[in-house]
Amino acid sequence: MEFDFAEEQPKFLMLMYGLIAFVAVVGGLLLLLDVVPAWFARRREAQLIAASASGAPLPRRRKQREGLFALFFLLPTLLLLTVGLVVPAIRTTLLSFMDDGSNNWVGLRNYGWMFSEGSIVRVLINTLIWVILVPLVATSFGLIYAVLVDKARLEAIAKSLIFLPMAISFVGATIIWKFVYAYRGDGQEQIGLLNQFVVSLGGEPKQWLLESPLNTFLLIVIMIWIQAGFAMVVLSAAIKAIPADIVEAARLDGVSPWQMFWQITMPSIRPALIVVVVTLSIATLKVFDIVRTATNGNYDTSVIANEMYNQAFRYGKNGQGSALAVFLFVLVIPIVIYQIRNLRQQREG
Amino acid sequence: MAFARSRQALAIAGVLGLALGATACGTGNDKKSGKASSPECAAYEKYQGHDGKKVTIYSSIRDIEADRLAQSWKQFEDCTGITIDHEGSGEFEAQLGVRVDGGNAPDLAFIPQPGLLKRFVDSGKIKTVGADTKALAEQNFTPDWLKYSTVDGKLYGVPLGSNVKSYVWYSPKTFKEKGWTVPTTWDELIALSDKIAASGTKPWCAGIESGDATGWPATDWIEDVMLRTAGPEVYDQWTTHGIPFNDPKVADAVNKAGTILKNEKYVNGGFGGVKSIATTSFQEAGTPITAGKCAMHRQASFYANQWPQGTKVAEDGDVFAFYFPAIDPAKGKPVLGAGEFVSAFADRPEVQAVQTYLASGEYVNSRAKIGDWLSANKKLDINNVPNPVDKLSVQILQDPKTVFRFDGSDLMPAAVGAGTFWKGMVDWINGKDTATVLNGIESSWPK
Repeated sequence: MEFDFAEEQPKFLMLMYGLIAFVAVVGGLLLLLDVVPAWFARRREAQLIAASASGAPLPRRRKQREGLFALFFLLPTLLLLTVGLVVPAIRTTLLSFMDDGSNNWVGLRNYGWMFSEGSIVRVLINTLIWVILVPLVATSFGLIYAVLVDKARLEAIAKSLIFLPMAISFVGATIIWKFVYAYRGDGQEQIGLLNQFVVSLGGEPKQWLLESPLNTFLLIVIMIWIQAGFAMVVLSAAIKAIPADIVEAARLDGVSPWQMFWQITMPSIRPALIVVVVTLSIATLKVFDIVRTATNGNYDTSVIANEMYNQAFRYGKNGQGSALAVFLFVLVIPIVIYQIRNLRQQREG
Repeated sequence: MAFARSRQALAIAGVLGLALGATACGTGNDKKSGKASSPECAAYEKYQGHDGKKVTIYSSIRDIEADRLAQSWKQFEDCTGITIDHEGSGEFEAQLGVRVDGGNAPDLAFIPQPGLLKRFVDSGKIKTVGADTKALAEQNFTPDWLKYSTVDGKLYGVPLGSNVKSYVWYSPKTFKEKGWTVPTTWDELIALSDKIAASGTKPWCAGIESGDATGWPATDWIEDVMLRTAGPEVYDQWTTHGIPFNDPKVADAVNKAGTILKNEKYVNGGFGGVKSIATTSFQEAGTPITAGKCAMHRQASFYANQWPQGTKVAEDGDVFAFYFPAIDPAKGKPVLGAGEFVSAFADRPEVQAVQTYLASGEYVNSRAKIGDWLSANKKLDINNVPNPVDKLSVQILQDPKTVFRFDGSDLMPAAVGAGTFWKGMVDWINGKDTATVLNGIESSWPK
């Protein structure tokens, strides 16, 4: 295909505007961060000099003005949060109590539909399976791997191998795995790794993605493949941060590797472990790309986020889609609260 | 130190900004000027007077077809000075709603589903077509076609491209070699299928995987059979929910389609058993015909674009299509088809000019000449249609005796037509029985 710069001009122009806006905003912020504090500093300096010259008592810093200054910096964030998060959240909640076209109030009908419609109940169950399995398995894999490669030879290479999938988008990873699960009829050349494996062992090729509930587990494998690297990196860093003298002391006491793991390593990395599990749980609740790319929710593999998109944007059922979105939101809240409480405890402790 | 560094950053940012600003200035004023006076622009005279205006179009048309689209209205742009900015998206159906609700509607959209069009009409977003456009549309299209974009007596869109779906693709070469003849009745079709199956080849190829639209090729199958078993009147009741989705007449049609699609002896050439239909992409599905692994593939006229490069599409070539035979000849020759409608979300004069132009004979002929495209527009000259299958389709569409019906799933509300009907068909291929599937779809019909 030819690429004509003249024809693509509008896009370049757009890009240019974007860059200019970026420079303006970043430049403006830098200016503020640089000039304004400097001005305050100079003024204070002048006051101090004047005070010391006249022999008067040193003027006290005015707290209030700094508070105003902080508020000034918080404003853009608050504004963006309101526009981008708070308002849509409230609106979605309202929409979930309205009908398809968002015209009339229908009370709890959309929520009733969610828990009575067979296919949607299946979606909720699938999501539950995802959110239990992915954080558990991915974290365990990451932890075991991190412990095993710790201080091993070629540790960096071994770690980067597991971390690599993190660099691929969910959609890309799913396409790769779709090839692994690909199916061709019996007696034909198999193009899928898994079926080739089965065939060379003398079995019959299977349509992996068609069979429920096996297909849900096969999709979960993709997520674990992507996320184990994240768990491994965070936990490996935590393991390395265990003070050497504790490890030393334990060794002198003659602990076995097993005791070392359960009584020294695990308690020491507990905060990191919680962060990993919480992050993975939230990511898993929101899983969408994998299911959509692999099966589009067919064959009983759908999850909440995918069904929400279908209902709201493809079928024109705004109310039902919003109800699913609100439900997802409600599910995430306890995890977030737990995470915040945990962080606060750590800070205090 | 920190101060010095941030000063430096400031300087860099400033210089960058200046440089960018300077280049931005150089790109601004480069408007196309209408060459209204030249002789080849005579045909566009009535669209003049909008020099320098821009019209945005949103559709599901991408890649080569989008390039052809741009080519087809190039002269119109040059002559009138209107810039047409077309954007194609694979997520068209979902994104159009998002864009319209978000206040970012395109000026024009090519909507392939009357059901979706109706949804925007109900929410008051689509404008009625202008008087000029309406007059031209009534001149160039049969009332049947205009019916699909008419709501409460008002016209909200003009048909653009069309396709004919009642085709069975086959290989004339293979048929000649093996001594098979093109069937003209349903009984002949089944007899031929049995004959081919007995010879060791799977007679049928099928595939309904199509990304997030998986299932639609199977709905086409059902609709085509439904038109043949129940007739066009019952078909109309079915698409408008005059009869329930689990009516025995629908079940009959589904089961009749099942005698081919769910017959292990008949399907699925080159891919595996019946269930392989669910995971075979519709693009790939027909290609085993060229390798002699199956003999027939029921798919629309636009499947002509899917054959591997170098495949000759002709009556005596590698592949061609025959009319999907009628079951009861007394009921006539029904044809299933589809198409897209040009609807406007803005009523600026230049938008109406483009909408009118797209309904005109000049436009359809200009587009048809570029290839692989046809329209139900009466002004379309069959000599401008290069592809033999398209020629056949134009003949069918322009034949006054043709009983034409629009793709049923596109007429139904999206929750059914693009939702449970698709999903239901996937489950059906995957082994669920007809009654369960139809009951499920019926219960999802919006009340």
